[in-house]
Amino acid sequence: MNKKREPLLRVEDISITFGRLKALNGVSLEVYPGEVMAIIGPNGAGKTTMLNVINGVYTPDEGRIFFEGMERPLKMKPHHVAAMGISRTFQNLALFRGMTTLGNILVGRSQKMHSNFFSQGIYWGMSEKEEVEHREAVEWIIDFLEIENIRKQPAGMLPYGLQKRVELGRALAAEPKLLLLDEPMAGMNLEEKEDIARFVLDANEELNYTIALIEHDMGVVMDICDRIVVLDFGNKIAEGTPEEIKANPKVIQAYLGTAGG
Amino acid sequence: MFYRECGVLKETYRQDMAIFPIPLDRWGLGVMLVLAFLVIPFTASDYWLSSIMLPFYCFSLAALGLNFLTGYAGQVSIGHAAFMAVGAYSSLILYGRYGVPLPLSILGGGIFASAAGTIFGIPSLRIKGFYLAVSTLAAQFIIEWVLTHWQWVSGGVFGTVDAPDMYIFGWLIDTPVKKYYLVLCVLILLTVFGKNLVRGQLGRNWTAIRDMDVAAEIIGVSLFRNKLIAFAVSSFYAGVAGSLITFTYYLAANIEEFNLFLSFHLLGMIIIGGMGTVLGSFFGAGFMTLLPIFINQTLLTIMERVPSDIRANSEAIVFGGLIVFFLIVEPYGMARLWQTIKEKMRLWPFPY
Ligand SMILES: Nc1ncnc2c1ncn2[C@@H]1O[C@H](COP(=O)(O)OP(=O)(O)O)[C@@H](O)[C@H]1O
Ligand SMILES: [Mg+2]
Repeated sequence: MNKKREPLLRVEDISITFGRLKALNGVSLEVYPGEVMAIIGPNGAGKTTMLNVINGVYTPDEGRIFFEGMERPLKMKPHHVAAMGISRTFQNLALFRGMTTLGNILVGRSQKMHSNFFSQGIYWGMSEKEEVEHREAVEWIIDFLEIENIRKQPAGMLPYGLQKRVELGRALAAEPKLLLLDEPMAGMNLEEKEDIARFVLDANEELNYTIALIEHDMGVVMDICDRIVVLDFGNKIAEGTPEEIKANPKVIQAYLGTAGG
Repeated sequence: MFYRECGVLKETYRQDMAIFPIPLDRWGLGVMLVLAFLVIPFTASDYWLSSIMLPFYCFSLAALGLNFLTGYAGQVSIGHAAFMAVGAYSSLILYGRYGVPLPLSILGGGIFASAAGTIFGIPSLRIKGFYLAVSTLAAQFIIEWVLTHWQWVSGGVFGTVDAPDMYIFGWLIDTPVKKYYLVLCVLILLTVFGKNLVRGQLGRNWTAIRDMDVAAEIIGVSLFRNKLIAFAVSSFYAGVAGSLITFTYYLAANIEEFNLFLSFHLLGMIIIGGMGTVLGSFFGAGFMTLLPIFINQTLLTIMERVPSDIRANSEAIVFGGLIVFFLIVEPYGMARLWQTIKEKMRLWPFPY
C-alpha cells in the first residue's frame, strides 16, 4: 500500500486538557484512504478523547484538523462532522434502547433523508418512497451483519454482543467516508470477536470503507490492521506496521508498565 | 379471526411499513371510526356529547402533542396548559376581533402557540431533565401573567375573552352534534399527521434524542433542529386543542382553565396512557375525563360512610395513586398493557 498518498484525515498537534489533566499532548496522526488503522494504548491514554475531538464532541485547546485535504474548524457541531462523512461507534453501549434494531440503523441514515416536515406528516407519496428506499438499504446492512432475526426487537433487550453489532450497523448505515470504532470487540467472547473482526475486514475489503479503530486485544489488532498508532498518557509514543509495533521497546514498556501497576 | 401476525405474509417493505401493518389493527380502527362517526353522534345524549366527548377529544389532542415532546423526544414540559391558553386566546381574537375565517383562526391559534412553545423550548438546547422542567414552569407563569395583565388581549375584563358563535363558510356550528363533528375531524386529521411524523424520520430522531442524545448527535441528528421542532409541533397541537375546547366547551377563554394543574394533568394523562405512543394519549385523556364522572356518580354513592374530606379529594387520590402505580409498575402505561394483551393473542394458537 502506498503510504505517500494524501491522508483522508489528518490531525496535527492536538492538545486538550481537562482541569489539570493533559489528556492529549500535541498528538498528530493520519488515516489514509482504504486502510484499517488502529489506535492502541493503555486505559486512560486518550484514545476515546481523540475520537471525541475528531467528532466535535470536544474542542481541543490547540491543533489543526484536515479532512479530505481541507482544514476544518476545531470547534464543530458533531452532526456537522457526521455530515462531512464521519461515523462512529462507542466504547460503552450507546444504542437507542427504546427503538428496534431497524429503527436504530435507520437513524444512522438520517443524514441521507431529506423529505421535509409536511411530506413526512402526509407520508403518502414522496416520504413513503424515501422510507422504503432507506429500508432497503438498512435491510442490506442487516443481511451483511447477519442480524435478520432481531430486526424488530427493541435494542435495549438484546444481549451485549448483539448490541455492539447493531451499533456497527448504525454506523455503517451512514455510508461514511471514515468509520471510527471505539473498542468494537470489548467484553466479547472469542467467537463474537471473530465475527466482528470479519465484519470489519469485509467492510474494508468488500465495501471499501476506511476504518480507524481502538482495540485492546493485540492479537486482533495485529491480524486486521494495516497500521497502528500507540498512545500513552496523552502522547503518541509509536507508529508503524504491526510488526514494527510488536518490536518497539517503548510500546512493550508502556504495556508492561500498566500491567505491573 | 384472531389478532395475529402468523399467516400474514408481508411481501414488500412498503406493506411492512404501512401505518397499520396487521389486518386486525385495521379492523379495530375501522370499528372505532364507525363508532366515532356514525354511532356516538346519533346515540349519545347531548350531555354526553358536549360534556364528555368534546373535552375527551380536545384533551386527547393536547396529550398527543405533549406526548410528542415528552414521550417521544424526552423533553419534559410542565407549561403545556399555557400553550393551550395561547392557542385559545389567539384564535378567539383572530376570529372574534379580526374576522378571520374559523378554520384559519384555529390554525392561527396553533401557530401562535407553536411560536410560544418554540421560544420557551430554546433552553432545552442547554439544559435537560429537572432544570428544563423548571424552565417550562416559567413558561406557564409568564404566559399566565401576560394573558391576565395585557389589557389588549381581553379588550375589557382582564383575562377573559368570550367565544363568539362559530360559522364555517356561513354555516352555524351550534348544536352539540355539529361541534362534535368539527372537533372529531380536526382530531383525526392531526392524529394521522402526527402518527406519520412519529413513525418516520422525525419520530426516529426524537426517540434517538430521548434515549441517548450524545450518540444521536454524533450519528448525525441535529439536536437543535429536532428539539425545537418537537417543541413547535407539540405546542401547535396544544394550541389547536386549546382553541377547540374553548370554542366548543368552555365558550370563553379564561386563564383559570389553563392553569398549572392542567399542565400536570396532561403529564398524568401521558404517564397513565403511555409515553411514546399515539394510542396512549387517547387512553390517558379518556381515562382522565371519565375518572371524575365515575368517582362522583358511582364510587361515592357506594361509599357514603367515607369522611367527606376524603371523598372530596378522592379524585386526586386515585389519580395520584395511578400515576405512582404506572411509573413504578408499567412505565409505558395503559397502551403497553393493551399491547401485552394483543401480544398474547398475536401468535395464537401457537404460544411458546
Ligand atoms: N470529559 C472529561 N472530563 C474530564 N476528564 C476526562 C474527560 N474525558 C476523558 N477524561 C480523562 O482523559 C483521560 C483519557 O481518557 P480516554 O480518552 O477516555 O482514555 P482511553 O484511552 O482509555 O479511551 C482519562 O484520564 C480520562 O479520565
Ligand atoms: Mg476509551
